[in-house]
Amino acid sequence: MSEHIVSKKVYYAIFAALLIGTALTIGAAFINLHNFNIVVALLIAAVKATLVIYFFMHVKYASRLTKLCVALGFIWLFIIVSITMTDYLTRGWFTYVP
Amino acid sequence: MSNKVKSDEHSSAHGHGGRHPRLVHHFDSMEQQNEAGNFGMWWFLLTEIMFFGGMFTAYTVYRHMYFDAFAAASGALDIRWGAFNTVVLITSSLTMALGVYHAQMGNNKKLTMFLLLTVLLGGVFLGVKYIEYSAKFTEHIFPAASNFQWPPYEKPVAGHAETQQLADPVFTGHVKIYFFLYFVLTGFHATHMIIGMGILLVLAWQSWKGKFSKEYHSYIELFGLYWHFVDIVWIFLFPLLYLVDRHL
Repeated sequence: MSEHIVSKKVYYAIFAALLIGTALTIGAAFINLHNFNIVVALLIAAVKATLVIYFFMHVKYASRLTKLCVALGFIWLFIIVSITMTDYLTRGWFTYVP
Repeated sequence: MSNKVKSDEHSSAHGHGGRHPRLVHHFDSMEQQNEAGNFGMWWFLLTEIMFFGGMFTAYTVYRHMYFDAFAAASGALDIRWGAFNTVVLITSSLTMALGVYHAQMGNNKKLTMFLLLTVLLGGVFLGVKYIEYSAKFTEHIFPAASNFQWPPYEKPVAGHAETQQLADPVFTGHVKIYFFLYFVLTGFHATHMIIGMGILLVLAWQSWKGKFSKEYHSYIELFGLYWHFVDIVWIFLFPLLYLVDRHL
């Protein structure tokens, strides 16, 4: 078997990093960063998700085909959210004068 | 003679170059079989990303439109329960990952143990969710409540005749949208956990019976992907639902 076996140490390290990330998210939520609160929250969540995907889900050691497949999922999600928001964010930019 | 050939085939099954008994006929090697399974599982997870993605998009739109109501409604959730559940779910991801590790090592006893531990942690998560949901039901803040009101319903104190000052109906409607999204998102997340726990119990039973081995454990690996995916959904749900504008 050429299957990659991730050592237990790596799993424990990622677990610790995820706990730290959780503490950071809660801490950051109580600091007033105005519009950047959501940016920070999503950034931390994205880092945590990446750690889970890379190490717990073994994508770091997976084939390029699998990596492409995973990336595709998030690219499509990005397209869904961003194209939808191009509508809602730009409403009221121009007022209609009859 | 034919018997002899058969027994030869059987004995070479574990040998170098022989076919593993769990290798189905349309694959050349265990490696190829595992890779195909993995790839298929990822495609399934893509549909899951789309499934939750639609709801996350709805959340983004309404949070943008009714931010004040979302901030107020988010304050009604208990951060401590949310944080506790986040830790529980991350820990269950660790036990699942360790389960996969022991599957790869061919250690069936430890695999069974870690699978059951993962079920247990999933149960703790759902227990906390039950406590949170029932609190919302007693406060009448769930979308279908006929007496939905904002701020949440408080039991009148004896001797105090004053009535609660309520928010205006439009704002209350926006708060309702938040709770609609809260229940749908966490509800579907919990549904995924319940389904996952059912599968985990079956896998634990099979592993106890010795179905899996060092060479053959792709069910464990694939289920691990599903469980970690459910964890990732919660990693995003926690800050989006519990931590809207907490610094006020």
